Amino acid sequence: MKLELAGITKRFGSLVANDHIDLTVEPGEIRALLGENGAGKSTLMNILYGLTQPDEGEIRVDGKPISIRSPKDAIAAKIGMVHQHFMLVPVFTVAENVTLGQEPTRRFGLLDRRRARSEVRDLSQQFGLDVDPDAVVEELPVGIQQRVEIIKALMREASVLILDEPTAVLTPSESEDLFRIMRDLRADGRSIVFISHKLKEVQAIADRITVIRQGKVVGERGPECTDAELAALMVGRNVQLRVSKDEASPGDVRLAVRDLIVPGDTGRSAVEGISFEVRAGEILGVAGVQGNGQTELCEALMGLRPSSGTVILGDHDISAETPHARLQAGIGYIPEDRQEDGLVGEFPVADNLILDVYDQPPFARGIALDLDQIRATATARVPEFDIRTASIAARVASLSGGNQQKVILAREIGRELRVLLASQPTRGLDVGSIEFVHRRIVEQRDRGLAVILVSSELDEIYALADRIAVMYEGKITGFRPPTVSIEELGLLMTGGSTDTDDGDAAAGPVAQAGPLDAVGGTTGAEDPGSPVAEAGDTGQPGQEEPS
Amino acid sequence: MSEKQGAWPASPPAGGAPPPGEPPAGQAPSFGQALISAILDGNPVVVTILAIIAAVVLGGLLIAFSDPVVLHLWSTFFSNPGAAISAAWDAAAAAYSALIEGSILNPHTVAAAFHGGSVGAIFYPLSQTCSDATPLILTGLSVALAFRAGLFNIGAAGQWVGGAIVATYLGFGVSLPPVIHVIVCLIGGFIGGAVIGWLVGELKARTGAHEVIVTIMLNYIMYNLLSFLLGTPTALQQPGQSNLISPPIEGNAALPHVGGPPPQVDVGFLVALAAAFATWWLLTRSTIGFRFRTVGANAGAARSAGMNVERTWADAMLVAGGLAGLAGAAVILGPLHQITFNSYGTYGFDGITVALLGRGTPLGVVLAALLFGALHAGGTNMEAATQVPSDVVQVLQGLIVLFVAAPPLIKVMFRLRRTGGADLTVSKGWNA
Amino acid sequence: MTALVAPPSLALPVSSTRRYIAAGSFILFGLIDILLFGLFAKPGDATFVFTAGGTAHVPELPLPASTVCYVLGAASILIGVARAVADPGKVWRRVSIGVVLVFFVISLLCWAYAGSAIPLNVVNLLQSTMNLSIPLVLGALAGCMCERSGVINIAIEGQLLLGAFSAAVVASAVGGLWLGLIAGSLAGGVLGLVLAWFAIAYLVDQIILGVVLNVLASGLTGYLNDRVLVPHPDLNTGNTFGAIKIPILGDIPIIGPIFFDSTIFLYIMYALIILVQVGLFRTRWGLRVRAVGEHPTAAATVGIRVLATRYRNVIMGGLIAGIGGAYLTVGSVGTFSKDMSSGLGYIALAAMIFGRWTPLGATAAALLFGFANSLQSTLSTINVPIPSYILLMAPYVATIIAVAGLVGRVRAPAADGQPYVRS
Repeated sequence: MKLELAGITKRFGSLVANDHIDLTVEPGEIRALLGENGAGKSTLMNILYGLTQPDEGEIRVDGKPISIRSPKDAIAAKIGMVHQHFMLVPVFTVAENVTLGQEPTRRFGLLDRRRARSEVRDLSQQFGLDVDPDAVVEELPVGIQQRVEIIKALMREASVLILDEPTAVLTPSESEDLFRIMRDLRADGRSIVFISHKLKEVQAIADRITVIRQGKVVGERGPECTDAELAALMVGRNVQLRVSKDEASPGDVRLAVRDLIVPGDTGRSAVEGISFEVRAGEILGVAGVQGNGQTELCEALMGLRPSSGTVILGDHDISAETPHARLQAGIGYIPEDRQEDGLVGEFPVADNLILDVYDQPPFARGIALDLDQIRATATARVPEFDIRTASIAARVASLSGGNQQKVILAREIGRELRVLLASQPTRGLDVGSIEFVHRRIVEQRDRGLAVILVSSELDEIYALADRIAVMYEGKITGFRPPTVSIEELGLLMTGGSTDTDDGDAAAGPVAQAGPLDAVGGTTGAEDPGSPVAEAGDTGQPGQEEPS
Repeated sequence: MSEKQGAWPASPPAGGAPPPGEPPAGQAPSFGQALISAILDGNPVVVTILAIIAAVVLGGLLIAFSDPVVLHLWSTFFSNPGAAISAAWDAAAAAYSALIEGSILNPHTVAAAFHGGSVGAIFYPLSQTCSDATPLILTGLSVALAFRAGLFNIGAAGQWVGGAIVATYLGFGVSLPPVIHVIVCLIGGFIGGAVIGWLVGELKARTGAHEVIVTIMLNYIMYNLLSFLLGTPTALQQPGQSNLISPPIEGNAALPHVGGPPPQVDVGFLVALAAAFATWWLLTRSTIGFRFRTVGANAGAARSAGMNVERTWADAMLVAGGLAGLAGAAVILGPLHQITFNSYGTYGFDGITVALLGRGTPLGVVLAALLFGALHAGGTNMEAATQVPSDVVQVLQGLIVLFVAAPPLIKVMFRLRRTGGADLTVSKGWNA
Repeated sequence: MTALVAPPSLALPVSSTRRYIAAGSFILFGLIDILLFGLFAKPGDATFVFTAGGTAHVPELPLPASTVCYVLGAASILIGVARAVADPGKVWRRVSIGVVLVFFVISLLCWAYAGSAIPLNVVNLLQSTMNLSIPLVLGALAGCMCERSGVINIAIEGQLLLGAFSAAVVASAVGGLWLGLIAGSLAGGVLGLVLAWFAIAYLVDQIILGVVLNVLASGLTGYLNDRVLVPHPDLNTGNTFGAIKIPILGDIPIIGPIFFDSTIFLYIMYALIILVQVGLFRTRWGLRVRAVGEHPTAAATVGIRVLATRYRNVIMGGLIAGIGGAYLTVGSVGTFSKDMSSGLGYIALAAMIFGRWTPLGATAAALLFGFANSLQSTLSTINVPIPSYILLMAPYVATIIAVAGLVGRVRAPAADGQPYVRS
């Protein structure tokens, strides 16, 4: 089935998310849609799937224009979508989720579970997507959940399958599995539209690559195109990502963790007995695909999650201390989810800046708040940290993501710290803010602070870390210096040792390049001066992703 | 730990509401401009006034069309439309005038004063309003404070009973010198309610039990406990009585009126105002209040900032319970002087409506309580003068709050411009 | 990218702590049986009667009161010990709770009726349990219908009240009991419509909305009662449905009079329990409703109309609650009086939570509450040293204990209470 989008335009107020986009997908083609966060890819796909309507433009299937007003229409037009945030009901089984909306029934509308099961099994066997129809979705690992989503789309006879950032939570080997499935589907005559911001993957799998920037199609290339050219198309200018960084001179051990075991939410351990140390004046980068225990590790270090093992700050055992005590002892915390755990959206900027020290002098005398002091502190910190806000009384929710993160940074760095724990500190930020955050972290390190940087963006790890620890399934699979190769890092991230696995030989080094892209351009040959942008979470400087 | 759909909730339970009356940073518009834009933008005060108007209209229709005379005339509408309409108008107008006369000002007493009647009588409706508003202020504060900490205190009634029981017992059971006795009883009332509130908060903290269910259940437990105590001579029952009624409190424990020649002010009302001020200070100027508001606005961020969320719940419910208990004490020591098995009336749920109308701020609560207090005071007069049952006041209250809680509806009804703004569209479920 | 994980539970793992709490409470019950009931029982027998008028005669059962208490107490302690030592499957766990509770109740009854001239008519006790539970079950079913689709319904109390009022008035005015029933149901449905409208279209917080609607219902019915019903008693005549005995089934000794000899409301209740349970968990309709209540966005992406589903379910829930309200008048006492629902709606809510948002679970919980209520009135007819008000407290205390976790962590439908906003 040939799918054409012609002149699709969508505006959100004054923001033009899609600007007269033309796109044609031939049957049996894997088409990659490449662009940074906020370029308009998801909006376009939401239009295609009927979740939102275009202001202008037309969609044609096999030459005939069709109108897609809701997902039902899209499904009827044989378009299927696997969303970035899974559209699965956690408490339902696989079979229930897959057949939702077109359930096989007996008389009176009673569900025919047997037929549902067999339908799921048939499809899964046909495409090698191994799933248990009676498994409850919320108990399945992420990679399997994604398969359920794919089966769901295939059940509806999708001829065009849209995959929105499917590899974001997959390990490199799971990504390989996904690519195999995609190739099988292509051989079956279906088309796939594959949305990504990762150059390497797109080059590995796509037949044609469409690059979108700021709502417009800026180019179409084949997979043989160079990274540099693709990146330049995506970003529009050359951006230096690497912050200039001196050699680290680590001092004494600031934080020592021994045999830390942290229970997860599903009963199993999320962190299974890890040990590490961080020294003053050093940045320890904890790398790994999200979901391997990093979140639980951070929470345990802050006392937000019960754990066993020892955590020693300086020479003081804080293993049993409350979060409040740990904060006071000098640990700074930049939580992974700034909106959930870092800031109170309804509160003014000034209040957010003192959120963890509100009950201590000078901000409080006894139980009375010193509002003048709070105001004065905020007035000083805002320019110091380049926080763009209408006033210190403005609701923090009205700030952009980058400025919100700066508020958190100002709050933490503004105190006397001995250790800084930063979890995904530049997620969702524009390039300018990323540079700012990185610079300040390095600055603090140079002043003698011990920093633990947890990040699933390998380029950030490479850019900042003085030492890298790799986490996989709750364990640290290795410590490496920042000169380690991407392949080795990828291996460690999948639990392997440094012996190469023959099975991956055919796929080549690309398989391990999962989350990483364009730092330095090509694998192996490092080119620190290469002015290529990592298409991670960057947008144009000063511009935010539309939410 | 989240319960929201989008990035931020529309608004937490009025946590961190913008300071009333302050112009936005920047220019100061002219008064005329400000007024028009306030109307068009759905400013909370405007919305409230419009909601009241809408409720009054609907209430008037209810009053008119449950009047047999009016119904009769309307059944023959086309033969005499004028009479039908004027009858409907008269019925509603009479009821509402009686309402106003009972709560604010009765022109007859003013006229009588000029002819040598008592001047004090002029202020009687207002003082009745203040008196009726007293428990509403306190239960309203109770619900509002809990709200700001992210908790639904549906149990103000049970906490009221807890406070009333202690205050009554201290009132007749011990003998103390004049001012001290009142103070002791009031403190006892606060403690009585605080214990019940603390229980709710502690249960939620330790077991995650949702406070809506626990408070509702506690209400019924307290009602039954009250009846039990009132039926037991050794506890609260009046000696020699077989009814469920307590002995009256001693004179020294009663809340007096103060002020020279009229107007006289009920001390209970002053206590309520003082409590409102204290609550305001606690919420906006103290570290405790900061902790309450943070936990109420975003418990996850509060936890990450080192605040003990569970202890905050218990603390907030303790204070909220104490405020409701103080309401119970104020009613016993003020108008009632003794307690019966149903003295708790509707104070608990009234507190909820007051807190909602007052948008969760202490000042708002006081104003809302005065409004509803006026409705209560006027309601009794209305029932006496025009035989319109005072339950209609409850209907008015419910309608006002309903309309206030749905600003989009009001804006549609009055064609105001749509804005986001601090309104009550918070979404919390059982999994909160 | 978000993976889907079960929400973090604040509660204890289902292992040792829960086991010890359960075992401890069983042993506690056993001790109460022995030390309180057995020791303090008056000498003599407690006589249990199993005949209700008209059915086959079943011999009385005199039980030596204190002995029975000791035996049952010992048995409860044994079960407690067994529970502490072994960890049986889920079914056995639930059975053991039920058994210990039954023993407790029997001991209580033995103690109360020991040596008493008046026997305890078990059939009457259970009959009134069934009848008292009808509004609770119907209210809880209404709650399930609403909340399974994602809308919290605190206004069950108001629906019961409006249903009671409408049924009484229409039945009196028009002279037809069935019309009264229908009117009551419709009244509940109308309140459901208002709830749905404000919650879905105007995004009002659903808990607040429920409370306010209850206030409105109480005020409105109270007002109309004083204004219209009191001066016109012909609008509140108090006719009720008669009891209908099911042939054959109604003649079974003991079981018959309890389950198959009552007003039409009991049979409607049976039908609705089955319909809602099967409907929600075995039909396509139910799967879609539950999808809307758990993950409305996912449901929308497969073409399910989320808002329409919620409207439908809330209105249907209201219709069911309205029937429960109608029972209060035309199925029971007949005349309407102010605030006659007296908190039943809230207990129904508790029963729904207790029963984990399933019709069968909610029914079991509602029956428990009905039983406690029925027990209280039965015991108040004889001279029992327990004050009746304390007995009345029992269901509320039980609910708190249940909600506080003895029954286990309950999870509401994930999207319960969250409005669905289309992008």
